[in-house]
Amino acid sequence: MKCFYDFHIHSCLSPCGDRNMTPHDLVNMAKLLGLDVIALTDHNTCLNCPAAVKVGQSADIAVVPGMELCTCEEVHVICLFPDIAASGAFSEHILSTLPKVVNRPDIFGEQLIMDEQDNVICEHELLLATASTVSVSNVARLVREFGGACFPAHIDRTSYSVISNLGMLTPDMGFTAVELTENADIDEWRQRYPIIKNAGIFIDSDAHYLENMKEAKYTVELRERSAAAVVEYINSLELMK
Amino acid sequence: MDVRQLAEKLNAEVLCEGDMSREVTGCYIGDLLSWVMSRAQEGDAWLTVMGNINSIGVAVLADVACIVLTEGAALDADALNRAVQNGVNILRVEDNSYITAIAVAGSI
Repeated sequence: MKCFYDFHIHSCLSPCGDRNMTPHDLVNMAKLLGLDVIALTDHNTCLNCPAAVKVGQSADIAVVPGMELCTCEEVHVICLFPDIAASGAFSEHILSTLPKVVNRPDIFGEQLIMDEQDNVICEHELLLATASTVSVSNVARLVREFGGACFPAHIDRTSYSVISNLGMLTPDMGFTAVELTENADIDEWRQRYPIIKNAGIFIDSDAHYLENMKEAKYTVELRERSAAAVVEYINSLELMK
Repeated sequence: MDVRQLAEKLNAEVLCEGDMSREVTGCYIGDLLSWVMSRAQEGDAWLTVMGNINSIGVAVLADVACIVLTEGAALDADALNRAVQNGVNILRVEDNSYITAIAVAGSI
């Protein structure tokens, strides 16, 4: 079935995410925008996913628990999981690899963990806008071990992208798909980087504010409207070569 | 040596002035912000080509004396605004980080 998607959205747990990006409000905004399946992808954590998934269940929209992982090369990678057990385990693992730098909300912004009614459970103490020790060469394998799927984020950006930071995408990284921003010319990118000629391409909003979330526009063909089907789909695509 | 003297010594362009009388006590070179934030020391002159808004946050967090953008690297508008708000000293030079570090080393 064709599903309108947005696989890259931040909540108020990302230091740069707006206070109004609460699990309840962002999921309901996605519903209003006509999306069928969204992923919550905060920086280096999945701790607002349990709330967002619950809201998704009552709002009748599939919420994929996810993370925008920052690799040790400062390359951003969207990691998606079939359920909150898998995302929770991955989140805990990543937390153990982050530098022990305490957040300064006055500089970087608050990092709020919420329940499904938008009550603040607590603030995340460690700064999440840092880099894990996971390498971009190992991330695809690692995410699969945790039952998920991943793809490099906004590869057309000039910062935090695999192309800007490493200059290239290589087959050994083990990706099947990439993310481009809405500004990118897909045909031009496929031509310029033959490695993504046959790869899956996702266009996401990377919204940090409710007003930056996008109307339903891009679709993906899924077995069913669920997180598990998204992960399955990404992992069923051909590996880049 | 303070930041103003360092700017003169490096013949640097001053992009943002905070407390230019701040003493420069060391030097750190790095472009991966996550490394810099956990390794740069208070009072360092931080040599980098990263002139985005996150660099300013890192400079405040690590409490460096100044950012020195090397090789004429760009400072974007958001970063400049944030630097003004936070009083972060930002210098810019055309030399690369190696040449700049040699000049810093001879002065502190």
